[in-house]
Amino acid sequence: MIDIKDLHKSYTVGKNKLHVLKGINFHVDEGELVAIMGSSGSGKSTLLNILGMLDEADEGSYHLDGTEIKNLNEKTAARYRNKFLGFIFQSFNLINYKTALDNVALPLFYQGMKGKERTERAYDYLERVGLADWATHLPNELSGGQKQRVAIARAMASHPKVLLADELTGALDSNTSYEIMDLIQKINEEGKTILVVTHEPDIAQMTKRIVNLKDGVIIDDKKIEQKKALADV
Amino acid sequence: MFSLERWQEVFLTIGKNKLRTALTMISVITGIFILVVLLGVGQGMENGIAEQFQNDAENEISVYTGVTSMEYEGLNPGRRIQLKNEDYQSISRTHASDIDKKSSMYRIWSGLITYKDESGSYRIEGVLPDYEYIEKVSLVSGRFLNQQDQNKSEKYMAIGKKVKDDLFGDKNALGKLVQVSGINFKVIGVYTDPGGEREESRVYVPLSTSQTVFGGGQDIRQMNFTIPKRESYDKALAESDQLVAKIERDLKSVHTVAPMDNSAIRVRSSIENAKRFYDLTSMISIFFWSVGVATLFAGIIGVSNIMLIIVKERTKEIGVRKALGAKPLSIIGMVLHESIFVTTVAGFIGLILALVLLENLGPLIDTEFIKNPEVNLSIAVTTLILLVVAGALAGFFPARKAAKIKPIVALRDE
Repeated sequence: MIDIKDLHKSYTVGKNKLHVLKGINFHVDEGELVAIMGSSGSGKSTLLNILGMLDEADEGSYHLDGTEIKNLNEKTAARYRNKFLGFIFQSFNLINYKTALDNVALPLFYQGMKGKERTERAYDYLERVGLADWATHLPNELSGGQKQRVAIARAMASHPKVLLADELTGALDSNTSYEIMDLIQKINEEGKTILVVTHEPDIAQMTKRIVNLKDGVIIDDKKIEQKKALADV
Repeated sequence: MFSLERWQEVFLTIGKNKLRTALTMISVITGIFILVVLLGVGQGMENGIAEQFQNDAENEISVYTGVTSMEYEGLNPGRRIQLKNEDYQSISRTHASDIDKKSSMYRIWSGLITYKDESGSYRIEGVLPDYEYIEKVSLVSGRFLNQQDQNKSEKYMAIGKKVKDDLFGDKNALGKLVQVSGINFKVIGVYTDPGGEREESRVYVPLSTSQTVFGGGQDIRQMNFTIPKRESYDKALAESDQLVAKIERDLKSVHTVAPMDNSAIRVRSSIENAKRFYDLTSMISIFFWSVGVATLFAGIIGVSNIMLIIVKERTKEIGVRKALGAKPLSIIGMVLHESIFVTTVAGFIGLILALVLLENLGPLIDTEFIKNPEVNLSIAVTTLILLVVAGALAGFFPARKAAKIKPIVALRDE
């Protein structure tokens, strides 16, 4: 599903060149649930941005579902993001003046889906994350956990190949975090490929594979025994 | 591009930011309001000036006299020049082929006219029949003075509408007798004059009658001529200038006035004034348009600024949208749509407010120089086009900025 070879990325900060990613080789199969770990500055966010086509690598190749991601113009990048990827952010990034339903429907709008079908599909996904009753509520009327559920529904609505989650439990308390991870595990069990960037070991333990980044290189990449999220509660 | 969803987005954003939108709209409303009112007043000034011209025939030449200002052939300055009937006759005879309508005049600046219990002071002018065309009066009822009246020195009078309203009210004035210094005059006509009330508070009597009754003898106060219609303005102007020069030369030689003395005998051509006024109106119109457009431009810059702030505020949202697959064009469309919508709606409100003001206040403003301020259809259409262009312009730069926002920058958590 994801195939990365010899990926390099550096930023220029003032006069210094900061080499963030120093040759990443990385492969993810369909249906995997992977945690990318690392302390801050390890390059994990940069890797995620490149995976999410929000940023481009300086060197190396990136294939997503067999499509080479390279030299994309803005328009193509937008189309690919919509088609291949679903984003889940630490701070949810819901549009605050739109209802939960409209937030979920937004990627479908950019796909060009017509009004009625769009609403039906969005409602369907809200139902899946257990928030059907909250469809007409605005984000500020929802709790953190609920917001993240809406964000997950939004990420899934466009039927992406891969879900990319950036510290998705970073703003939540442990109980809520585990509930969210439970949802992620269920979605994964339905066959969705999911990448989770996190620095919390307990969250990482709930995935099936942990990739450890340090100073721009992968120092450790191993499959683990998955821990069920709700076992702890 | 302008789908239903887009409209919903626009309304949502506007509804979410009522104060900001209201402030933006106020700046555009003010801009358009001032532009349209200025244009209306400009039009009013043009109307007023145009009417000043239509008062009297536009190809008119008038002759007045005054006091000599320089010594000439042994005669002292300060001598009053008095025109006589024979001056008029000789001028009309010598230049008969160059002259179309002609009249001389004897005038009482203020004469007390009485009808039964009503009375008032009006300007009484003794004129010849052609004066009807020179002054451009139109008869509401009855007739103007004719040659017969002049020949027989009839005590007939054509009165202005104001005079009729003052003395007769709603009653019929024709055939009634009014008294001027104890002498009876019969009203034979009531006229209106495009010059308005000022020119309608005059009465006309035959020249011969006025000279006899008011003791004018052979004196006349002024002479008026028009030249025949010519196909082009320039030709008319040239002929008029020629005639003015000839009349001036003739009269100055008859009355022994220095050729350079411009205060003793004054011959004026309205056609030159017309030219001057036409230039003036175009200047006025250019001035009002520039001030108005500048005001509007200030409003647009306001909108543009606010759109920039909106884009800045919505950086994160735009980043999210892009992460969710929004194409740059759709972001540009979103910002442009909002700004065009806001400017157009605000512009409409400004336009309507201005029109309502002009409609209600316009007829009340009726001075000599501003008459019936109005905005015609082409001006309204022009401002509308200006508005849409303005909205697009105001939105364009912020939209381009929005489209350039990188999702990665937008999504960085602070």
